[in-house]
Amino acid sequence: MTGRVILALVTLAVLVLPLVAPAYYVLLMLPFMAYAVVLLGLNLLFGYAGLVSFGHALFIGIGAYTGAVLTTHTSVRSLEVILLAAAGLGAAAAMLVGALCVRYVKIYFGMLTLAFGMVFYTFLLKFYHWTGGDEGMRVLRPRLLGFALDAMPKVEYLAGPYYYYSLGVLAVATVVMWRIVHSPFGLCLRTVRDNPAKAEALGLGVTRYRWHAFVISGVYAAVGGALLGPPTGNVDPTLAYWTQSGNIVFMTLLGGFASFFGPVLGAFAFIFLQDTVMSVVPYWRLIFGAILAFIVIVAPGGLMGLFARGRPREVAAR
Amino acid sequence: MILEARDVTKFYGDFCALAGVSLGVRDGEFVSIIGPNGAGKSTLINVLTGALRPTSGAVRFKERDIHGIGPVALTRLGMARSFQLVHIFPDLTVIETLQAAVVSRLGRGTRLLASLAGDREVQEAALEVAELFGLGGKRHVVARQLPQGDKKLLDVASAFALRPEIILLDEPTSGVSTADKTAIMETLVAASRRIGCRAIIQVEHDMDIVFGYSDRIIALHQGKVLADAPPAAIKADRHVVDTVIGRPRPAPHPTPPAAG
Repeated sequence: MTGRVILALVTLAVLVLPLVAPAYYVLLMLPFMAYAVVLLGLNLLFGYAGLVSFGHALFIGIGAYTGAVLTTHTSVRSLEVILLAAAGLGAAAAMLVGALCVRYVKIYFGMLTLAFGMVFYTFLLKFYHWTGGDEGMRVLRPRLLGFALDAMPKVEYLAGPYYYYSLGVLAVATVVMWRIVHSPFGLCLRTVRDNPAKAEALGLGVTRYRWHAFVISGVYAAVGGALLGPPTGNVDPTLAYWTQSGNIVFMTLLGGFASFFGPVLGAFAFIFLQDTVMSVVPYWRLIFGAILAFIVIVAPGGLMGLFARGRPREVAAR
Repeated sequence: MILEARDVTKFYGDFCALAGVSLGVRDGEFVSIIGPNGAGKSTLINVLTGALRPTSGAVRFKERDIHGIGPVALTRLGMARSFQLVHIFPDLTVIETLQAAVVSRLGRGTRLLASLAGDREVQEAALEVAELFGLGGKRHVVARQLPQGDKKLLDVASAFALRPEIILLDEPTSGVSTADKTAIMETLVAASRRIGCRAIIQVEHDMDIVFGYSDRIIALHQGKVLADAPPAAIKADRHVVDTVIGRPRPAPHPTPPAAG
């Protein structure tokens, strides 16, 4: 019950935010919402399937560059088309990479995903002719639901229509993921995480479930990646760099991978914390490193774990 | 014959774990496999469940050669197993564990967007198995927090939730107090009747359980079948009793050890 109240209040807050908050903070919400989509997917793999990927920036990169290539090289401007294309390409890449990675677990899985991420990063960096190399590519302002909003000042466009559009995508992504983790598939995924040998003995093919989770998380990362481009109007290879993969794992840990909304909270905390810390001291990575160490040692449940403290673990583990 | 092993040999390098084992299990039978440590019981179970490929010989389940088909396909064929060491899902509740088995049996594991809570058939079937094994009252307890006996029971119950035609139980009562052993066996036999399981094979060390429940006993010794007969005949066979069961202890059961 309290969960529903909180959800309703948060929904209300994000709906009225652009009307009351300074544009600066509204714009800061854009990368948050994009990363929240990425993290919903990443956590299906991390929290529910028990696999830690250090290469998901690969799929963020695919999504972001899909938007760039489509808007600059073709006449496609519709964000719906861009998101669908990103989802499709993300799925295709994840099917391939996943087929090779999910046979391994733990550090081997992590390293293999990292390796594929590095390959893609290098591709973006070196194939200058197609990708613009380290300068990246421009992302032209996309149409939203068929409306061309080219005449609108940039901040107005981003803090208004684009904000609500991102919010809509995040809402749909959240509802779909909620259904996935509460489906028979979601249950099977947790059996595979908890005890693969037992899952197999119950007739649940472990690699098949891991692969499905990998593909879904790849689609989410690509869709989130596609939302990252338009606010800056530019994409570059750092989006696909391994530190980016590290950042999203950090966001997941920060929020708490044991809970459904934990990673979303983690993305929020990360984005706003980064902004605050960067404005105070230049060494934001130093502060973040300390926070990461603190979480792992003192609060492995992340922020959600701190909130849920005192409740029985089986509730917190949901 | 539902399950049949013919002349099965298994070598681990130079070591011969099974030396020409032949056995069969018929409809409606409860068969126990006994033998001292190192007799090849675990190897035999692993060969019978298709987990290990025999060096030579064949294992047939429902007239089909099953060597190396793997646990997932075997489950689909209608064979389930439980493990000697408890295999559970630590973070899943009792009912979730059973639901997972039912979802697997019904082939609904790839229903991505369907509601598990709204799937009446899965919910009811899982609850039925929970009640059958006396775990109904603990259905929302996380498996990790169950007492040892209940963990064992849950492991076996989840195998039964697959409604197998044949079930192989690797020491179903190991690590359980003597008082609980009989209760587990009673539950198990009742459950197998209820779900229409055609045969049970168990590996068991507790001779009271073995003689109390088996229709037939297969005694293994040094990788060979030493005897394959009904309990009464086994009891009467001095050679088998001496090599496999051992002489009765001076005081059989005044103070049984806490953990069998």
